[in-house]
Amino acid sequence: MSSQDIPEENLPSEQDAAGHTLVKGADDPFADPGMPPHEHRIQDIDEKAARRSERSVALLFTISMLATIGFIASYVAFPVDKIVYIWPIGHISALNFALGVTLGIALFCIGAGAVHWARTLMSDVEIADERHAISAEPEVKAKVMADFAAGAEESGFGRRKLIRNTMFGAMALVPLSGVILLRDLGPLPEDKLRHTRWSKGKMLVNMNTHEPLRPSDVSVGSLTFVMPEGMTEHDHDFQTEIAKAALMIVRIQPDDIKDKRELEWSHEGIVAYSKICTHVGCPISLYEQQTHHVLCPCHQSTFDLSDGARVIFGPAGHALPQLRIGVNEEGYLEALGDFEEPVGPAFWERG
Amino acid sequence: MKKLSARRRHPLAAVVVLLLALAATGGLYAAFAPADKAQAEETAQSLAIDEGKKLYAVGCASCHGTGGQGSPDGPSLVGVGAAAVDFQVATGRMPAQQPGAQVPKKKNIYNNDQIKQLAAYVASLGAGPVVPTDNQYNPEGADIGKGGELFRSNCAQCHNFTGEGGALTHGKYAPSLEGVSPKHIYEAMQTGPQNMPSFPDTTMPEKEKKDIIAYLDAVNGEKTASQGGLKLGGLGPVSEGLFAWIFGLGALIAVAVWVAARTAKAKKS
Repeated sequence: MSSQDIPEENLPSEQDAAGHTLVKGADDPFADPGMPPHEHRIQDIDEKAARRSERSVALLFTISMLATIGFIASYVAFPVDKIVYIWPIGHISALNFALGVTLGIALFCIGAGAVHWARTLMSDVEIADERHAISAEPEVKAKVMADFAAGAEESGFGRRKLIRNTMFGAMALVPLSGVILLRDLGPLPEDKLRHTRWSKGKMLVNMNTHEPLRPSDVSVGSLTFVMPEGMTEHDHDFQTEIAKAALMIVRIQPDDIKDKRELEWSHEGIVAYSKICTHVGCPISLYEQQTHHVLCPCHQSTFDLSDGARVIFGPAGHALPQLRIGVNEEGYLEALGDFEEPVGPAFWERG
Repeated sequence: MKKLSARRRHPLAAVVVLLLALAATGGLYAAFAPADKAQAEETAQSLAIDEGKKLYAVGCASCHGTGGQGSPDGPSLVGVGAAAVDFQVATGRMPAQQPGAQVPKKKNIYNNDQIKQLAAYVASLGAGPVVPTDNQYNPEGADIGKGGELFRSNCAQCHNFTGEGGALTHGKYAPSLEGVSPKHIYEAMQTGPQNMPSFPDTTMPEKEKKDIIAYLDAVNGEKTASQGGLKLGGLGPVSEGLFAWIFGLGALIAVAVWVAARTAKAKKS
């Protein structure tokens, strides 16, 4: 649309006339420069161009109508479970794809048509809307104040003190019912964060097989998740309890264990660590069997399981708590007590 | 030449020069990089172990030692078993092309007989997991739902909920499980290749491995459909929402800027 051969005489004459009527007082450097001259669009000048724009807008709206009909047709035509391959998206539901594409075209064409209409055919003449003071007239102000004073006098608010004071009392007490409901946010956790289901003599139950674990089951380089005996996944408090008791079992060659206490608390190189990250409590079990590093997927805290689960990278504040384990008379792995410190992230009273 | 020198101060000239330099460096590297072409020669069938030993001497001994005892460049292969050899060699990970954080999957250069011979030799060094048979890993009739539970509690932390893979520390990563054969998934669980921990039959019985393979086949198999398409790593509503906010809204803003930037006036300013 750029190569328009508009004859110069078709240009509205007022453009040149109105364009340069700027009031420029020589004595006032801050004089209002006024509006810049209005420039016309091709559609304002050339009736052919205007008709072309009209047809473009109508075409966009027609495409939108066809797309809506296509939407209805694809809803009727495609069964819910039909899967098609569409490059590069892959195997997807034909119905979802058809509905999305047709609805997208229908909405886009309405928007595009409206924008094209507004930009090329609707009036684009600049209009100045002067601002006015927003304060009310003095007479109106006086009338409102007088009405208010009369209303206060008629209600007897200042005269009947009993009514006024009991009303204040009622309004002050009503919010208490909201405050009292906050009691349901409690009770305080007390020492729940300091204890888990682990205690002396509890066997380590494999979460895959639900069988107690023997030391010979755990090979070097393997990773096993266990829970304390006496829990099942159908217990009503299972999620609450496993959130603290979750434990991962790995086996490291005893010679590779650098931390003396870790070696003491292990059984022949089998070590048991809390699975809850000490930063904000994400489950952490991205174990690398060659480096013995455990990575937290949330904030990349990294712990070295061969060195007392020391933090070697990331925002975690302290090492993962280790559970002291041994073997009972029947040859199964058992806990030799609860965790010595609270598992998971630090909290205010943790110390 | 004149045309070139006329445009040497073009704002994009530096970008073009940089791209050319990068392409040249990459091409030179690819041409001169030490590619391992340990193409073992075809030999007549004889004792598999003897043949395997010969293949081993050519393809593996430089890192794993002449007797599989290991060296600073490669771990000992005593006791890793035939399953580990079958996984590492058949997926092309071994022989490794170069040392690094993690040895990637690549084109396998051995045929099936050669892999069996190599596996027989390595298995003769020390007892280890054997190559699983079809009825051990075939997911036919396994419990997909149970497999999903097991996958989410044992594997999903590294490999993502639907086996799309994910990043680990220092350049290591858990690879995507898409298109990995059931046999290789089984062997990986059994042997724990590279930094993956192993899940031996003592802690995860054969039936549970089969359930996991059936689950992966259902959610990330060749015929698995993604109802909406563009699953963005299967991470769920957070990644999808972020994508819509950044790219969807970004595109809308770009269109709005484009519409407003073009003037409709007859005289272009």
